[in-house]
Amino acid sequence: MKKDSLIASPFMLWVLIFTIIPLGMVCWYAFTDASGAFTLANIETIGTYWVYLKDSLVMGAVATLLCLVLGYPVAYIMSRASWGAQQTMMMLLMLPQWMNFLLRTYSWMTILENNGLINTLLGKIGLGPFHMINTKGAIILGMVYNFLPYMILPIYSVMEKIHESLFEAARDLGANRFNTLLRVVMPLSLPGVITGITMVFVPSVSTFVISQMLGGGRNMLIGDVIERLFVGAAPNYNVGAALSLVLMVLILISMAIMKKFDDGEETGGLMM
Amino acid sequence: MSENIISLKNISVSFDGEVILDKLNLDIKDGAFVTLLGPSGCGKTTTLRIIGGFQEPDSGDVFFGSERINDLPAHKRKLNTVFQRYALFPHLNVYENIAFGMRIQKKSESEIRAKVDEMLKLVSLEGFEKRRTSTLSGGQQQRVAIARALANDPRVLLLDEPLGALDLKLRQEMQVELKRIQSRLGITFVYVTHDQEEALSMSDTIVVMNHGVIQQIGSPIDIYNEPENGFVADFIGESNIVDGIMHADCDVEFCNTRFECVDTGFAKDEEVDVVIRPEDIVVVPKEESGLRGTVTSVTFKGVHYEMYVDVPGEEEEWIIQSTVAQEEGKEIGMTVDPENIHIMKKYTGDYASDIEFA
Repeated sequence: MKKDSLIASPFMLWVLIFTIIPLGMVCWYAFTDASGAFTLANIETIGTYWVYLKDSLVMGAVATLLCLVLGYPVAYIMSRASWGAQQTMMMLLMLPQWMNFLLRTYSWMTILENNGLINTLLGKIGLGPFHMINTKGAIILGMVYNFLPYMILPIYSVMEKIHESLFEAARDLGANRFNTLLRVVMPLSLPGVITGITMVFVPSVSTFVISQMLGGGRNMLIGDVIERLFVGAAPNYNVGAALSLVLMVLILISMAIMKKFDDGEETGGLMM
Repeated sequence: MSENIISLKNISVSFDGEVILDKLNLDIKDGAFVTLLGPSGCGKTTTLRIIGGFQEPDSGDVFFGSERINDLPAHKRKLNTVFQRYALFPHLNVYENIAFGMRIQKKSESEIRAKVDEMLKLVSLEGFEKRRTSTLSGGQQQRVAIARALANDPRVLLLDEPLGALDLKLRQEMQVELKRIQSRLGITFVYVTHDQEEALSMSDTIVVMNHGVIQQIGSPIDIYNEPENGFVADFIGESNIVDGIMHADCDVEFCNTRFECVDTGFAKDEEVDVVIRPEDIVVVPKEESGLRGTVTSVTFKGVHYEMYVDVPGEEEEWIIQSTVAQEEGKEIGMTVDPENIHIMKKYTGDYASDIEFA
């Protein structure tokens, strides 16, 4: 036991310096004013910023849902494909990820701009131009584009472990493809779905790069607000820390709800 | 009882150029307990998968009664399978596993409950409804798999080496149980195994297969006592198989000794395989028989002693089973009753003992 904890100590030190201490600082800033006295005023400012928080939660949820709708069938097809095909699909999925996140998002700007790639092409056939950049739709597109692999991979890794004999057993008992999907694949892939939702929802809700690049500053999310409070023209660490804390708590609550859902499904056998 | 429920006509299958089944013909009678027996790679599991609809034959027809079912998908066939590794649904408890098929048929809850209760009783698992399958022992999981398959009221139950993962004692219990279930429900069982003892103790009919070809079809007693060729003789229990020459009807020579036998219809001086079961050899003082050998080893096997005997001029040692032990190194004489000498056409294929077993 003692030896084990010794091996983990470098990481523990890392966590202490870069997670626990900063978290403590966030809490300290959140509950103090500029003079260092305790106050709840920072937390109360959330009323002012509620609209941004709400936008973030709604757009994050929409992006997560789109990722699930797009990603689930891909994960299913991938998990049932031959080994070679699985490798190829995995490669195609990961290839864009090799490019830097900022560059990837930046490239969407040139595609969506009023005189960008899409509008230029549409112009040639006499359509448009359509206003696409700096809209909520563009931000959601950016979220889906960047975070889709984080939905597909956990679902795929769970589905891939579903043994072929379970599919045969379902067919043997009279289940067609749809019934097999509904009664075997979906319940068994639920842990992957939960992980996927968490891994897409959390970065989507807290992003500020995507909203700045594709939203043009006109569709501010809570991440943008927090960023400005720290590095903007009129910084206010105390309010910034308070908003971060509120966001963190909201994310923790949503994750706890998801977890509960997952556990409930696993013990409840008599439903459906 | 006499109608054929499953008929396979000229079924051929090959994977990557390797022939798995070669123009296989098989009729399975309604209500029978039929066992497909053979070493791994003999095509028995492929045959079962073709009946179940999990595998398409390259050529040939599959009939269910008089209906050709080649194009009928697995989920529409009126038969169910007990899989080798049970394949229970890990996200469902025992009750829901057994109810799975009925849920798809949208049966009423009361109907489902009654059926599940009946099935649990049949496999002696009352009170296990709420249990998760992962908390069950191998034998219990096996029973759930059987109950789940039978809950759909299939006309034919396919069983793919269902007892392979169980220990000997449990396996023997389950053999008795399966036979009991089959005779009680009166439905057809098609059972795949490589275990000859399992096949002998449960089946009405045994189909011995090797290299995708049926070697013999018959009752356990026929298969054991009248094996059609050396492969069957060797596969079903231990046998001494030696080269012989048929001089005339009921007159065979092997190991340079003439013996009286009961077989007729061979050509004069035809070369044949002579098969003698180890338990059919009678040990006599060496002066009383022309067939002599030296005992090289004696092993106590519980019911009997197993002895290896070196017979001069023979490549392989003879195996004898007897309740009386002989001394190692002693020279003995051996005799065999005429009806225990089995003469068969020369078999040119592999013997079971030369094939790797799973």
